[in-house]
Amino acid sequence: MTATETPVNNGVNVEALLGAREALTSAPEAAKFNWRATCEWKNGTHSNSTVDGFFGLGEEQMHRTHYSFDVDHPEIFASEDNGATPVEYVLVGLAGCLTAGIAAVAQNREIQLRKVSATIEGAMDVRGILGVDSDVRNGFSGITVTYDIDADATPDEIKALVAQSQKRSAVYDVITNPTDIRVEVR
Amino acid sequence: MRTTTVVIGAGHGGLAMSRLLGDRSIDHVVLERGEVANSWRTERWDSLRLLTPNWQCRLPGYEYQGDDPDGFMTMPEVIEFVAGYAKESAAPVRTGTTVTSVRRTDDGYRITTDQDEWDCRTVVLATGAFNVPRVPAVSDGVPASIRTMTPMDYRNPNDLSGGGVLIVGASATGVQIAHEIQLSGRPVTLAVGEHVRGPREYRDRDIHWWMDAAGVLDERYDEVDDIVRARRVPSMQIGGSPERTTFDLNSLTAIGVQLVGRLAGIRDGRAQFSGSLRNKCELADLKLGRLLDTIDEWATATGTDDSVPPPYRFAPTIVPDPPTLGLDLTNGPIQTIIWATGFRPDYSWLDIDVVDPKGMLRHDGGVVESPGMYVIGAPFLRRRKSSFIDGANADAQELIVELAAFLDAAPLDTV
Repeated sequence: MTATETPVNNGVNVEALLGAREALTSAPEAAKFNWRATCEWKNGTHSNSTVDGFFGLGEEQMHRTHYSFDVDHPEIFASEDNGATPVEYVLVGLAGCLTAGIAAVAQNREIQLRKVSATIEGAMDVRGILGVDSDVRNGFSGITVTYDIDADATPDEIKALVAQSQKRSAVYDVITNPTDIRVEVR
Repeated sequence: MRTTTVVIGAGHGGLAMSRLLGDRSIDHVVLERGEVANSWRTERWDSLRLLTPNWQCRLPGYEYQGDDPDGFMTMPEVIEFVAGYAKESAAPVRTGTTVTSVRRTDDGYRITTDQDEWDCRTVVLATGAFNVPRVPAVSDGVPASIRTMTPMDYRNPNDLSGGGVLIVGASATGVQIAHEIQLSGRPVTLAVGEHVRGPREYRDRDIHWWMDAAGVLDERYDEVDDIVRARRVPSMQIGGSPERTTFDLNSLTAIGVQLVGRLAGIRDGRAQFSGSLRNKCELADLKLGRLLDTIDEWATATGTDDSVPPPYRFAPTIVPDPPTLGLDLTNGPIQTIIWATGFRPDYSWLDIDVVDPKGMLRHDGGVVESPGMYVIGAPFLRRRKSSFIDGANADAQELIVELAAFLDAAPLDTV
């Protein structure tokens, strides 16, 4: 690693994260979070989802502001394309999660990042969702993430950052492991 | 009955402490539920050998004396080695004595056994870290048609039906069992989560020779970044065999073992494997690279480079592309599942609040959070090699100092 004269700063408050880890080790109840979104159908395949509150550290929490997401399908599916497709939001979630992890791990390992960019692709055979062939799954057949990282570190140290980020990523876990889903109608 | 120190367990750790207690003339007994070296006698599969070389079998005042220092002991040889130590030390072992309770008293502890009762000032827990196999909760979903086993039940491939075997866990135990079962003609599927890759040899020397020489095995518990995490790191994928076989994933793939991701769930009779296999292998490959970097740096710094071949690197782990994400357990080829998912200690007989919610003892380098109580033989107790025989040697030498100082500081009533 190159010695840097200025302290490493990736904009991640690692002390706060490590402090939270310590605090939550002795208070597992406070570690129980609930993340939420609401969704309102607009028309056709268009819906709008919003995110504002969540539960954590034993109480209701609010985002700094209210976030809104339009979800739709592209025109080649005879839709109006008012927003990204649901599966693209999954890719956005994975990219955001892994990239945040890379910054946090780099900060903890005192590696200065200069540039982190990723392209993320999900391969899908749409015969699954169209019901053409029941042997084809609905979801991705595979996801490929390609990172381009410029940092004060060796190639193996950069690979280790990306690997460690996957190991600690919530969205990576959500995609690679099964999750029990309950969908109810009121 | 009264004594100064009760050591619970007559394996290599308990006997190392007994030897050092004897050297200091500290009155003690060693209570053993079975025979000396009981777990080595009763809880190991037939072909298992120590994964540390014979020269590394060192205990206080005792070490391997045979003519094959680079070989690996079979289980009968380990039993002979440990029993020989007990005999040579004239250790005051009471065999066939099962401890049923340990309680705090005003000036120490009361140890109740199925034979008698002991009062003592200090206790050494040497019952081992691998008493009970850990079986993951997903095992609840295994169809009734599948036979399930743990490494403690497993003896050899002939115990199994002729069908396919799913081995869950790819640490030292899982990879060695996978190797011999695959070679017996039973197709093995190996579920791989986090693991530590290791070659048996590197640059013509045993990997344990390098790790010992370069100080990797001596890294101390109070020097590592995260000791909680270090104590949970799975065992390296190595085993002791006369052929000095490397048991990494590439060597298993080469003989036909199918690699899949961590067993993440079983739903409707179908095993679901995590899509994280590629990253788990990448993490292990990078970690091995860092270990070899450390070794190479040490070799250069100490002038060892001249006596060994130049550095090289092992090929990256080959991950099936695409990896298998699911397997039918009801009508598929799998007839047996072996849970090689680790072990945990059993402290159910300890009536003192020193066990955390995850069942692990609360201790600082073997000094348990209850005055006068010590533990030996736990992973990374005081150094990376603590779970090996050689680690018990080093740990015992330090714990005896702690124990003697405790007795000196409160000289109540030497018996």
